[in-house]
Formats: sequence, structure tokens, C-alpha cells
Amino acid sequence: MSAVLEIEDLRKTYKSRRRGDRHALDGFDMLVEAGQVHGFLGPNGSGKTTTLRTLLGLIRPDGGRMAVLGQEVPAGLSTVTGQVGAIVESPQFFPHFTARDTLSLLAGAGEVPATRVDEVLELVGLRDRAGERVKTYSLGMKQRLAVASALLKNPKLLILDEPANGLDPGGIREMRTLMRDLAESGMTVVLSSHILGEIQLICDSVTIISLGRRVAFGPVDQVLAAHSHGAVRVRLDTAEDLAAAAEVLGRNGVPVARHPDHLMLSGVEKPASVSLLLAEHHLYVSELAPVSVDLESVFLELTNTAPVPGQHRQVDESVQIGGAEKSGRAGGGWGA
Amino acid sequence: MSLYVTELRRLAKRRLTRVMLVLLVLGLTGVATALAFSSQKRSPAVIAQAQVEADAQYRQATKDWEKMIAECDAAQARGEQTEDRYGPNCGRDWQPQPEMFDPEWSLPYQFDFRGEFSRLVAVFAGAVALFGFVVGASFVGAEWSTGGMMNLLLWRPKRLAVLGSKLAALLSLLAGVTVLLGALWTAAFWLIGSTRGTTAKVTAGVWQSVGLSGLRALAMILVAGAVAFALASLGRHTSMALGVAVGVAVVSEIGIRIGTGIAGVRFADRYVLSTYAMAWFEKQWKLIDHDSCQFVQGACEPKELIVTWQQSGLLFGLAAALVLTAAFWIMRRRDVA
Ligand SMILES: Nc1ncnc2c1ncn2[C@@H]1O[C@H](COP(=O)(O)OP(=O)(O)OP(=O)(O)O)[C@@H](O)[C@H]1O
Ligand SMILES: [Mg+2]
Repeated sequence: MSAVLEIEDLRKTYKSRRRGDRHALDGFDMLVEAGQVHGFLGPNGSGKTTTLRTLLGLIRPDGGRMAVLGQEVPAGLSTVTGQVGAIVESPQFFPHFTARDTLSLLAGAGEVPATRVDEVLELVGLRDRAGERVKTYSLGMKQRLAVASALLKNPKLLILDEPANGLDPGGIREMRTLMRDLAESGMTVVLSSHILGEIQLICDSVTIISLGRRVAFGPVDQVLAAHSHGAVRVRLDTAEDLAAAAEVLGRNGVPVARHPDHLMLSGVEKPASVSLLLAEHHLYVSELAPVSVDLESVFLELTNTAPVPGQHRQVDESVQIGGAEKSGRAGGGWGA
Repeated sequence: MSLYVTELRRLAKRRLTRVMLVLLVLGLTGVATALAFSSQKRSPAVIAQAQVEADAQYRQATKDWEKMIAECDAAQARGEQTEDRYGPNCGRDWQPQPEMFDPEWSLPYQFDFRGEFSRLVAVFAGAVALFGFVVGASFVGAEWSTGGMMNLLLWRPKRLAVLGSKLAALLSLLAGVTVLLGALWTAAFWLIGSTRGTTAKVTAGVWQSVGLSGLRALAMILVAGAVAFALASLGRHTSMALGVAVGVAVVSEIGIRIGTGIAGVRFADRYVLSTYAMAWFEKQWKLIDHDSCQFVQGACEPKELIVTWQQSGLLFGLAAALVLTAAFWIMRRRDVA
């Protein structure tokens, strides 16, 4: 499979005389292959929008290399823009124009046939309201219009920065099927979102960013598998034996957490070895269940942004790759 | 090309463009109507009426003069001193003369195309330049501040082409509006001249000078639009252009006048922008230094400084080139976020 989007060692520093420099992107890498729906995840302020803006030529990078559809950007940007549809962080439209006027002006600027306007309006469900001024639209309707504008070119690569922002449940589900259909028709979709359940449902692969650096990437199931940490829930026939079992496992180097009616183990490569070990000590397992993790918990763990009771996490308090303390953990075991 | 056409469409679709255009037309119509109503053709009846009024005034003045002499004589007969009130010889030397009552002065105002139209071209240029400034500033300013520009750049990443087509669309619109309304403006005053005023002595030479005034007006309007456009694009907001305009006006017309007044600078108006605007339309503008004469030493011609329209052109042209270059230069490099 060929790469539709490649980013290597991208750097962007916002300079401010008063507050010093802010490294919004600090050696960020990303790779998206053709035909994928690719999730682009990261906490607030981690650099997702900055990445997409840089990729689309809106801001200039301070270093690194980018390529879209085989063209180096920003140098070759104008040759590929015809094939890249994008929305960047709930785009604003001129409020006094109608949706149809807005799209038709974009179509004119991009040399897209005017008939395409009504097609995309239909596609995003704005057909009957297209003659009204954008100013009067609800948040979700504006978002639909944004998606319509990105689809206008019938692009090969679709980049959507938080497209589900403000959509109603029906709209989110429609968006999901739309993404799937588009991907099946051969379009590559890059999707940034904070709705991780959604990402898990529709994405083939993900990139997770924290403080301007990639903390994880790869196919969704691989990311999940690599971060389940071999978590296993163990119940015994008799709850009284739990203490003994915990001791046995602990002596054998398995991290154990005790709960009233079960044990949680982690780092277990082969669950069967657990029952074997316990059986040798005459402890009989009644339940041995590998615990599957979801994308949300992996995300929270990888970015270290899980809420802690009694604390108010501030933005920018997330994992820093290559930073002093957490590099070992987050950097480990992440083959391509 | 598609970009340029699209930008023209966008500009024409904008409500502000339409509203301002309506206001402009209303304003110009107002001026023309007011002038048409105040002007009255000098028909023989009107001239005869003026003659009658002049004669009546002459007779009234003669009567007053005779009455004054009579009063003066009476006062002298009572032995009073009259020199102060009635002048020497009871004012007999000041007999009103018929030529002092020119019927011309009793004539109502008549619009004279030849003499007055060039001023009206300047009025027209001022109004359309204001229109151009506001429309130009908001065309790109609103686009920046609402995020429309960012959207457009996602579509067409060639920034200079995008800004350039916007500017081209704006200047085309302004040129179109100027030519169209200018033709109407000329026709309207020609009509007023021929029905309610005079179009006498309008020779080919006069038309040529009207044409040249028109061209200077067009240049002024395009420069106003382009400068507003560039300023609003630099500041990414309409108010940037309007703010700079107000700032320059205050500094130039008030600040410099006060400052140079205190410092006693000669020909201080040479540093004031409106001098150059006047020179641009009047072909030259004369500044007079009344302080240069020491009248104690007898008659003296005060020193003069002439500002020519070429100098104005150079000044405005350079200023426009400067802000436009800055706008395009910054556009090429800036982060759009
Ligand atoms: N114009 C700017 N000037 C200065 N700093 C900026 C600018 N734009 C973004 N940043 C900073 O860059 C960092 C990354 O911002 P970015 O918008 O890319 O975050 P994000 O991942 O899109 O976040 P979110 O999930 O909230 O949309 C933030 O710390 C932000 O404050
Ligand atoms: Mg963002």
C-alpha cells in the first residue's frame, strides 16, 4: 500500500516575545496509507490542528518533511489541492451568504462543476435549507456545511478536523456511514476527533499525539492489543483463596491487584499459565478472562490525561515523548 | 481566471457592496437634484425681471439719498453738527449711480456647465472614493475576520493569486461603477445645464479637460480602494483600514496643522494631505505665506509655493505602492491560523 500522507519530524514553534516560544509540533511523524480511515487523536492543544494547518499550507513549518499523495508539500501543494478536501477546526463561513452561494463560490474558485454543489448538499442533509443564510444555521448545520465543502472536490484525500463537533446522534451515525462509504469508494480519510468510541468504530488505524509528538500509531487492534498489557481477571471457586492466590502469583512475578471477589493481573502473556500455576498450589480458577481495553482507556493511559480525583488537569499536562521521565514507558514496544 | 470571476461574483453578492452602492447613488442623486432646483435659466423674462428689480433698487437708493440730504440740511438749519453722521457736504457727493445696480446681482443662480462641472467631478470622485474605500476594506477585511479567507486558501493555496484576484475584482468593480455613474453624472449635469442652466461655450477643449478630470478622478478612486484593501488585508480586519484612515486624517489635518503652527513652519500646508488632494483635482494648488511680507517696508508680494498635480500623483502613487507591496509581501509569508 502506498502512503497518501507522510509527515516526518515536523516542527512548528510559535514565537511570542512575552511568553517565550511554544513548540506546538516537536518532531512529529505520521503516516497514512491509501484507502484507510485514519484517526488522529490527541488531547486539547497537542498539535492536531497545527499539523493539519501546516500540511495544508496555512502555516509554515519550522522543519521537517511532508508529502501528500506523493507530492512534497508545501512546494507541490497546488498540484494536489484539487484532490484534497479539508476542513480545519470548524471552519467559519461568511455569515451573510447562503449555503448554496458559499459552496458555489468555492466551486468556482476550485474549478469544480456547479452541479456538484447540490450533490454534496444532498449528501450532508442540507438540501432543503441551502437557501438560508449561514448566520441562521445551528452549530451542527454549519458543521454539515463544512463537511459538504470538503467533499465538493470529490477528493482522494479527505481531512476532517473534528467533523462530528456539534452533530446530533443521528448525524454522528450518518457521518460514520458516510466515512465508511467514502473509504470503500477508495477515498482516504484522516479524521481528528475526541469521540473515541466513534474512532474505534470507524477507523482502520490511528495516530496519537501528545505535546507535539507522536505517542502511538498503527492499526487500531494492534494499538489496543499492545496496550491491554495482558490484563486478566481471575476468580476462584472460593473467595477465601484469593489471598493465597495473590501471594502465589506475586511470588512468581505477576503484578496483582486484589479486589473483594477477584484479582486483576497484568502483564500476562499466556493466561493458561496462570491457571496452571494456581492449580499447582491447589487453587482452582473459576474464571480467567483477558480484559479487553477500549481506545479511550488506551488514549488516557498513553497521553496520561486520565482524570485524577481532586485534581484539575491543565492543558499541556500530558505525556511528553522524549521528555525526562516518561519516555521509557510510552516509547516502548511500538513497532510500525 | 475562474478565481477572478468568482471574486467578482462574491463582491457583487455582498450586501455591503449593494447597500453602499444604493447610498452612493442616492447621495449623488441628492446633490444633482438640489442643484437642479436651485438653478434657474436666464430666460428673457427672468432678465427683464432682474432689470426691473435693479431699477427699483436704484430708485429706492436715490430716494433714500435725497431724504438723507433733506434731513442733513434740516439739522444744519437747526445749527447741529452733521459732519459725523452725514459726512462732508451732507453726503451730496455720494449720489447712487445706475451702474451700481447691476441687474446681474438680482439674477437667480444659474448652473454653468463650463464653469462648474470640474468642481462637480471632484465631488463625484470624493463620493465614489469613499465608496471604494469602505467596500475595498470590508471586502478583504470581513473575509479575513470571518475565516472565509482561510477557507479559500484551503481551496487555492496560491496566496498571491488569491489576493491578487480579489484586488483585481475590486478594482474592476470600482472602475465599472466610476465609468457608469460618471457617465450618468455628466449626462445629468448636461441635462441640468441645458434645461435649467447654461451649457454655453462648452468647446472641445472644455470636454477634453472634463475628460482629464474624469481620468484623475478614476485614478483617485482606484487608489482609495486599493489602499483600503491593502490596509485591511495587512490588519486582517476591516477596522484596520478605517482606523488608519481616521488616524491619518486626524494627524495630518489637525496634528500637523497645530504642530507646524506652534513651530512656525513656513508653508505648513505642504505637509497636509488635503493640500495634495486639492492639487490633484485643481491641477495645482497655491500656498501663500502671508508672514513673508514686512508691510512696514511698503508693498510686497507674499511668497508662494505651488503644489502640482504631478507631485500629488507621485505622493499618492508611492503611498499606494508601498501599502500594496507590504500587503502582498506579508500575505506570502504569514501564518493563516
Ligand atoms: N496562532 C497561535 N499562536 C500561538 N500558539 C498557538 C497558535 N495556534 C496554536 N497554538 C498553540 O499550539 C498548540 C497546539 O494547538 P492545536 O490547535 O494544534 O491543538 P489541537 O490538538 O488542535 O487541540 P484541540 O483538541 O483543542 O483542537 C497549543 O498549545 C496552542 O496553544
Ligand atoms: Mg484542534
